[in-house]
Amino acid sequence: MDLIYLAQEGGLTDEGLTALAHGLVYGLGAIGPGIGVGLVFSSAIEAMARQPEMAGQTRATMFIGFALIEALALIGFVLAFII
Amino acid sequence: MELDVNELFFWEPIALEGTIFEINRVVLLMFLGSIVCIAFFLAGSRRGPLVPKGIRNIAEMAYLFVRNQIAIDMMGPKEGARYAPYLATLFFFIFVMNLMEIVPGINFPVTSRMAIPAALALLTYIIFNVAGIIRQGPIKYFKNTVVLPGVPLIIQPLMIVIEIFSTFIFRPLTLAIRLFANMMAGHVLLTIFFLFSADFVKFDITLPLGILTAAIASVLILFELLVITIQAYIFTMLTAFYIREAVHGHGDEHEEEHHEVPHETEGLATQPA
Repeated sequence: MDLIYLAQEGGLTDEGLTALAHGLVYGLGAIGPGIGVGLVFSSAIEAMARQPEMAGQTRATMFIGFALIEALALIGFVLAFII
Repeated sequence: MELDVNELFFWEPIALEGTIFEINRVVLLMFLGSIVCIAFFLAGSRRGPLVPKGIRNIAEMAYLFVRNQIAIDMMGPKEGARYAPYLATLFFFIFVMNLMEIVPGINFPVTSRMAIPAALALLTYIIFNVAGIIRQGPIKYFKNTVVLPGVPLIIQPLMIVIEIFSTFIFRPLTLAIRLFANMMAGHVLLTIFFLFSADFVKFDITLPLGILTAAIASVLILFELLVITIQAYIFTMLTAFYIREAVHGHGDEHEEEHHEVPHETEGLATQPA
């Protein structure tokens, strides 16, 4: 079904736009943190493979970095419910 | 199927309606969790034979995990042993509150109501600030917290503003929001999958779909168990990290000399959000 046809039928309502915004806020907000979390874990795995004796300390630092990045994604998630 | 998210988290008051001590299901669950926690560790800390067994064994193992893996690893033997009781309390309180998400019959994570993570984050905020002020004195603590060593003089004012925001505003805020949003997301996820399963599992054409969603929902319970543990771990870990930062400060001379590189990365890691 054509989008133009749908727009004529229902019109772009405020409700529809709000629903779209909910999706976009979380979806766009998750892109950056997604890349960041990937980088954190890949670097941590590399570090642990190179220096297994430092694995404990690396893991601790990894979780701190992961938590700080994840906060961004979660703020997006909370905003999606607020708007 | 219309699903309003607020309905999942709102409970009617049971007693003491209208006062600030209002009791609803969430508060009852919090009391239950606290009692379970206290009973478990009281049973575990009874005196007995030198070689622990049964519940005492588990309790000692659990406490030693927080004491050795989080407190002492993070803050060193002296400071770690001093703050281990608070960190262990925090870890097991959050863990039990989170665990209620997947306990059959309860199925509600207490930490998905913002008040509880916020109160815990406030407690951590007070503790790390007071610890820093007592250890370094108010002026030196503030200076060590906001002034990063080794930053060019031109960028320094900018960095000071960023550090003030990240340390005194974003730290407690993100600490609370992280726990709250994770548990809320988990609860919504599980609810949606189980509601779909309940709707689809009928003996008609949607039965295979219903079996699929039910299977995914069962796997998601295990995934949530992972999230529950990691969130309790991260909250405790970050609390230990903040206390250490406050007690040592950025400009600690003898630490700087020994490992310059890890200190640089710590400086970067303290700028959340």
